[in-house]
Amino acid sequence: MTFKQIFTSSIGKKFLMAFTGIFLILFLIVHAGINSCIFLNDGGGTFNTVAHFMSHNWIMRFLEIGLFAGIILHIIQGLMLWSQNNKARPVKYAVNKVEANSKWYSRSMGLLGTLLLLFLIMHLSHFYVGTKVALYSGDVEHNLYEEMRTIFSIQWVVAAYLLGVVALFWHLYHGFQSAFQSLGFHHKKYSPLIKTMGIGYAVIICTLFALMPLAFYFNWI
Amino acid sequence: MEHYHMNLTLKVWRQKNNQSKGNFETYQVKNISSEMSFLEMFDVLNEQLIVEGKEPIAFDHDCREGICGMCSMYINGQAHGPWQQNTTCQLHMRAFKDGDTIVVEPWRSTAFPVVKDLVVNRSSFDRIIQAGGYISVNTGNAVDANAIPIDKKDADDAFMAAACIGCGACVATCKNGSAMLFVGAKVSQLALLPQGGPERESRVLNMVAQMDKEGFGNCTNTYACEAECPKGISVANIARLNSEYLKAGLSSEEA
Amino acid sequence: MALDAKIPQGEMDKKWSDYKGHVKLVNPANKRKLEIIVVGTGLAGASAAASLGELGYKVKAFCFQDSPRRAHSIAAQGGINAAKNYQNDGDSVFRLFYDTVKGGDYRAREANVHRLAEVSTSIIDQCVAQGVPFAREYGGLLSNRSFGGTQVQRTFYAAGQTGQQLLLGAYSALERQISLGNVEMFSRHEMLDVVTIDGKARGIIARDLTSGKTERHFGHAVLLCSGGYGNVFYLSTNAMGSNVTAAWKAHKKGAYFGNPCFTQIHPTCIPVSGDHQSKLTLMSESLRNDGRIWVPKAKGDNRVPKDIPENERDYYLERRYPAFGNLVPRDVASRAAKERCDEGYGVGTTKMAVYLDYKDAIMRYGKIEAGKHGLVNPDDKTVFNLGKQVVEEKYGNLFEMYEKITGENPYETPMRIYPAVHYTMGGLWVDYELQTTVPGLYALGEANFSDHGANRLGASALMQGLADGYFVIPYTLGNYLADDIRTSSIPTDHPAFEAAEKEVTDRLNRLMNIKGKQTVESFHKRLGKIMWDECGMARNEKGLKQAIAQIQGLKKEFWSDVRIPGEINEFNSELDKAGRVADFIELGELMCIDALNRNESCGGHFREESQTEDGEAKRNDENYRYVAAWENKGDSEWQLHKEELNFEIVKPSQRSYK
Repeated sequence: MTFKQIFTSSIGKKFLMAFTGIFLILFLIVHAGINSCIFLNDGGGTFNTVAHFMSHNWIMRFLEIGLFAGIILHIIQGLMLWSQNNKARPVKYAVNKVEANSKWYSRSMGLLGTLLLLFLIMHLSHFYVGTKVALYSGDVEHNLYEEMRTIFSIQWVVAAYLLGVVALFWHLYHGFQSAFQSLGFHHKKYSPLIKTMGIGYAVIICTLFALMPLAFYFNWI
Repeated sequence: MEHYHMNLTLKVWRQKNNQSKGNFETYQVKNISSEMSFLEMFDVLNEQLIVEGKEPIAFDHDCREGICGMCSMYINGQAHGPWQQNTTCQLHMRAFKDGDTIVVEPWRSTAFPVVKDLVVNRSSFDRIIQAGGYISVNTGNAVDANAIPIDKKDADDAFMAAACIGCGACVATCKNGSAMLFVGAKVSQLALLPQGGPERESRVLNMVAQMDKEGFGNCTNTYACEAECPKGISVANIARLNSEYLKAGLSSEEA
Repeated sequence: MALDAKIPQGEMDKKWSDYKGHVKLVNPANKRKLEIIVVGTGLAGASAAASLGELGYKVKAFCFQDSPRRAHSIAAQGGINAAKNYQNDGDSVFRLFYDTVKGGDYRAREANVHRLAEVSTSIIDQCVAQGVPFAREYGGLLSNRSFGGTQVQRTFYAAGQTGQQLLLGAYSALERQISLGNVEMFSRHEMLDVVTIDGKARGIIARDLTSGKTERHFGHAVLLCSGGYGNVFYLSTNAMGSNVTAAWKAHKKGAYFGNPCFTQIHPTCIPVSGDHQSKLTLMSESLRNDGRIWVPKAKGDNRVPKDIPENERDYYLERRYPAFGNLVPRDVASRAAKERCDEGYGVGTTKMAVYLDYKDAIMRYGKIEAGKHGLVNPDDKTVFNLGKQVVEEKYGNLFEMYEKITGENPYETPMRIYPAVHYTMGGLWVDYELQTTVPGLYALGEANFSDHGANRLGASALMQGLADGYFVIPYTLGNYLADDIRTSSIPTDHPAFEAAEKEVTDRLNRLMNIKGKQTVESFHKRLGKIMWDECGMARNEKGLKQAIAQIQGLKKEFWSDVRIPGEINEFNSELDKAGRVADFIELGELMCIDALNRNESCGGHFREESQTEDGEAKRNDENYRYVAAWENKGDSEWQLHKEELNFEIVKPSQRSYK
């Protein structure tokens, strides 16, 4: 079984989906952790320092490539799964009582993922582009904290971010445990534990992210 | 249990053959007893149609006791109808009430083309089994049955997986038309037993390759298959399929 | 033609090994040139096709279902017997042989039964090697339970789905041979005739049930593994599609039909609930291991079962047969239930049912469990719940099935059961080599008559199907084919194929052109009622004669007034069914003729004229110690041939389970 055969097979695709998913889950911990520095109420001092480190350290910048590769792979695999799954049922049911056998979010990973992609484009244009421009224009004093404040003072942006967080919540809610199942891990004792952990993770990460635009908008910090 | 009678409206998918385009037809059935099975209600309807000079509805069925796996109706949006862990033939009319409208469709899947009306072709399942769903032991080669003790739990788990009746409700239900519960059940059964050891790796690789070739979709872990499986086959078998596949695929020396 | 059963000479326990030691063989190069047709893919058919494919023959297998995995063997619940003596309870090949001959009420052929008992142990080995997940004990070794008509525990099982697991094992072996190219599979195909050339079976005419087209298939030999004909009764525990057509066509082409009237009425089935009923569902005999059967002591007692106190219940099997109690053989248990209901002690709305009660078993197991858990003086509810768990593990799926069908919870209230047609011991007459009276035409499993006499013991059908397919036919078929290696494939444009196909298409056209008023189903129902009333659990001369006349009338009516919609060349279930019902009607007549001829009671065949004072079946060995093999001589004409049965080892005696 060649690598190509493995990773183009149905299970291979699931594996890649799960593997990149877990990678992104780990990234979100870092992301949420660093961004939570804004809540230290030191006028963004700590946050800007860490942000500066993250954008200037060459190891971090190397890892960034991996991150983007992961996201892109996750998206491509998702699209391929979506198209293949569509082909597996060209004629749809006239009546389909899906709610009787599965949860809406488990069936809506593609939709939630698409929302997240749209959100991501907006998010990157807001922050990533600015950071990079600052980096290459030699603006060493780029104040990301203040940039956040500016952007999160716009009402519709805050609303869009909250929507993104909601999509992220349900995507993680299903995705966390789903990744373990796809990697072949199922255990009577541990699987429920993983599920609970996933829910806890989704709640904590999403609460933190949701608080960020809100905190700026309502001037809590 | 209280018995009652009911009148029903049925919307049934009619399709002359694989080439033709199908459509829904509406029928009325009267005075159906709550003690009838769903297929007995269909028998009544078919008798009625024959007497009226119309063509009866073709549907697959055989044992009518929930074990052969031949019956296959998508009833009111659910494979095998509203009852849990149940086949179409075991569904009884007390699940419905007077005046109900029941929509009946065939399994919908690229890998299960419609043959006629509610009858589909599930030979793709046979081909998956041909790809490796067996232990290669010619008749007469066996050692004494008690020569290999097997942990009761493993034996029980293998049995639970082997209880699959191959009806295809998992595929019909899955929003992706995935056959991984079916394949996972067979792979699990044989992976759990020591007898399945020698072919463990080639089996899972070949069966999955055949599954993909047949045009089934991919599992996205909605677990709808488990919820609708008439034998309650667990999605733990899909997890086992995944890990068996990854282990076998990654350890294979073929470059 | 005189019947020669070709029983090998020598001691009973040496016959099979001597036969195997001296049988002609076919060398591997020649096997590749020999083609074999297998009709039916149940336990017998799938195991035969797989084993012959493994040997290197070119096999073509046919089944009418959409996949070979769906053959009705799959529905067998309770288990499979084997003389393993794993329980150290005194079992042996001899005991299994003895029990089977006695259980069959001395109407089986001893040599065949002994061979069956001998190979029974290899079957279990083979199935385990295939990955059949039999029930196991905590030590990892195989578990056994007991079945009716025996006093040892020799039944291997997989919950209540033993048939399913065994069939899936055989099916997987078959699919493996398909993938290796040794077997070619024809699903959704029905055999509609045997082609004979120079007196030998040389192929079949089959109809593709999807396209409706008839096809010709050549084979050096043809194996019929098409199961039993219980559906002649309309209501039976058989699958809807189970039919006699393949066997009947063979019969019309010269194969004798053996003991057609030997029908097994199984004691524990879910009773009929109304006119709409399309089939009956069996509740495994294994339930009689733990369940107790009773009716109220008072006639017409309408109280719910839990209101009937212990001393007002009649555990009639325990009362009449203290030695075997609830585990008497099926024929005895069925008649006893019928007797109680006929006398007016029946229960339920129709009064045609008796109770099968698990209360005592649940409490008994509960107490054992409570003891294991160290519970001192547990209350009844705790004991009940503990016991329920044990019963659930043993019989859970059966209890669930009962609840689905009846809407009643059998843990809370006793099940209502009544006998139903389940198995047919009769079938195509075969010799020791499983060959019918047509050379090259074989019958295996339930389709033949040979091993169960007048009554089959529980868990023996699976054993016989697999014995025939895995361990008998691979030897005996070689003995025939060894002389046939010079016959090359006969092209299917041979006049015999042409004539057979024409016969088949003519018949199909005739059926389609009747364009009458009555549905196929209505004829089948009427036939079933005649058979059940006159040729069911009790039979008498007057009734049988009446039934024969009625069936002849029904046949005429069928061929002039049946309505079959649709076309021949398409998927047409009504046409399929019409052909089968037409054959059932003819078979029904022969069954009644056979039952009329056999003026004795034996096993499942109960002639009211022949019973003891206390209503037990009375055999007449002097006049009827033979297999009735019927030769078809034309429309409604048959000639009886007798194969005398010689009992060298198990001397016939009045069967007693008291």
